[in-house]
Amino acid sequence: MLLAEQILNGAEFGIMLFLLAAGLTLVFGIMGLINLAHGSLYMIGAFAAAWAGNATGSFLAALLAGMAAAAVIGMAVEAAVLRRLYARDHLDQVVATFGLILFFNEAATLLFGRQPLFAPMPPWLAGSVELLPGVPYPAYRLAIIAVGLLVALALYLLVAQTRLGMLIRAGNSDREMVRALGVDIGLIYTLVFGLGALLAGLAGVMAGPLFSVQVGMGEQVLILTFVVIIIGGIGSVRGAFVGALLVGMVDTLTRAFLPGLLKTMLSTSDADAVGSGVSSMAVYLLMAAILLWRPRGLFPSHG
Amino acid sequence: MVKLGRERGVILAGLVLILVYPWGVTAVGQPFLIGLGTRILVMGLAAASLDLIVGFGGMVSFGHAAFFGIGGYVVGILAFHAHAGTDLLGFIPGSNQALVVWPAAILVAGLAALAIGALSLRTRGVHFIMITLAFAQMLFFLFVSLRTYGGDDGLSFRPRNLVPGLDTRNDTSFYYVVAMLLVGFLVLARRLLDARFGMVLRGVRENERRLAALGIAPYGIKLAAFTLSGAVAGLAGALMANQARFVSPELLHWTKSGDLLIMVILGGIGTLYGPVLGAAVLILLETVLAQWTDHWMIVLGPVLVALILFARGGLWAVLAGTRRS
Repeated sequence: MLLAEQILNGAEFGIMLFLLAAGLTLVFGIMGLINLAHGSLYMIGAFAAAWAGNATGSFLAALLAGMAAAAVIGMAVEAAVLRRLYARDHLDQVVATFGLILFFNEAATLLFGRQPLFAPMPPWLAGSVELLPGVPYPAYRLAIIAVGLLVALALYLLVAQTRLGMLIRAGNSDREMVRALGVDIGLIYTLVFGLGALLAGLAGVMAGPLFSVQVGMGEQVLILTFVVIIIGGIGSVRGAFVGALLVGMVDTLTRAFLPGLLKTMLSTSDADAVGSGVSSMAVYLLMAAILLWRPRGLFPSHG
Repeated sequence: MVKLGRERGVILAGLVLILVYPWGVTAVGQPFLIGLGTRILVMGLAAASLDLIVGFGGMVSFGHAAFFGIGGYVVGILAFHAHAGTDLLGFIPGSNQALVVWPAAILVAGLAALAIGALSLRTRGVHFIMITLAFAQMLFFLFVSLRTYGGDDGLSFRPRNLVPGLDTRNDTSFYYVVAMLLVGFLVLARRLLDARFGMVLRGVRENERRLAALGIAPYGIKLAAFTLSGAVAGLAGALMANQARFVSPELLHWTKSGDLLIMVILGGIGTLYGPVLGAAVLILLETVLAQWTDHWMIVLGPVLVALILFARGGLWAVLAGTRRS
């Protein structure tokens, strides 16, 4: 029963990672940009939502504020800074977006202070649902899973069925050719970036009531998000989905069960220390193993 | 020839500055600034070692702090066992002799770089960036979980490692030890880069396929450079541990790897000496801004962005009038 609960937790964490990874992988696949500041958009979403939620008391307002803030700030940063980095090498991108992280973290500290903000949970999702007999599960976490699956479906339809999706896929395989065919690739860049920022903001809004809303929350998930898109294969939304669930599961399950397993062999305090260390390492071991097995990830999208 | 002369002049000026710095800050009545100078030289050593692979070999490693941290922890752990009088893993006695500990730090960091490099170099581009980051994160969490050695809180030890015939507790003596090691590394690295090894390494950066067509397998060269770079970063970490008499997982934090990349870019990628300058400028900038406001990062962040966008080539090129080699 505990296992069922932890698997759901893993799925929920995986879904959160997917919301972040989807935007990041599209931005990387199409624009060739390593955007370390993607985690900052997640943080911006969470802060804007916590602030709006506390000011109005309405979850809907919080949701809209978080997504809008992330999307608007994301597109503004794209236009002001990131656009100039697309043609640069990865090293320049890493350092410049690292600079953006410093800026956003410090700006958030100035505006909201160092204390974690409280983000209210919508009352109609505060209860729990009995999925299997005897296994109550928080409704809010189930809602996150549902929203994530809906987003995944919508993204799939967008990428596979629409004209914009066709252009996104085309940009993914050969952006010069798309430009040569007379498509306004700059507009597509901004739209894709805005969409990615919106999803990162959404993840931030939903994370708010579960984790503490504080400066630095972006970087914690940022590196895991990169692990996800590398495992999944850069540029592939499907890969991001599979990779996110894989990382979410591995991280949650090792954290939940490894210390217990080790306790059968080691003393309690040693087992806790080693267990938490190894479970923190688990996703990176997974990524290294997958990269050594398939150097371009599970679903490479380029030629 | 004129340009070469100018670069030589800048190098000479830098050397003189390094030599007279402790004397200068003491003369103006600020001897505590010697520690700041030592930190700059140590980070300069780490950044220059990173430039070897990033600038000359074209391998962008986002996990260089791992080797820095390993070197630091070798010092910390051996000092811990020397103090407690116990053996590491039951058979390695602790030590606080620099002539034992520092080579050990170089060796352990080098072996780690050999293992990590052997695996990571099978990938390239962004995958290489991310897999080096992943290995660094693994080691970060490994040290966090080592509760015997302080875990999250780190491990402080006393005194500094002993160098025969020198009082390393004296900040000025320690500064000169670090300066000597830095200059020694720069001279060695320069000779290595001008030799066949350096030429091939640059060939790896420019075009691996062409190099392979010339009958040179790039993998071994890349791995050798990666290992050397990691070993030197380990030495820098050992020195940093001695400077602070404290090690913590913070040494391996991924932002440290970011800092090192910033120093390389700021000073000038592929210039070898530039990253030392980059380390000096970044650390001074941080120190000055931190005195001015608590929120110094809000200034530093945009400065970095502007630097990348508008000032390409780094400070070394500006000073020495050279272009990327």
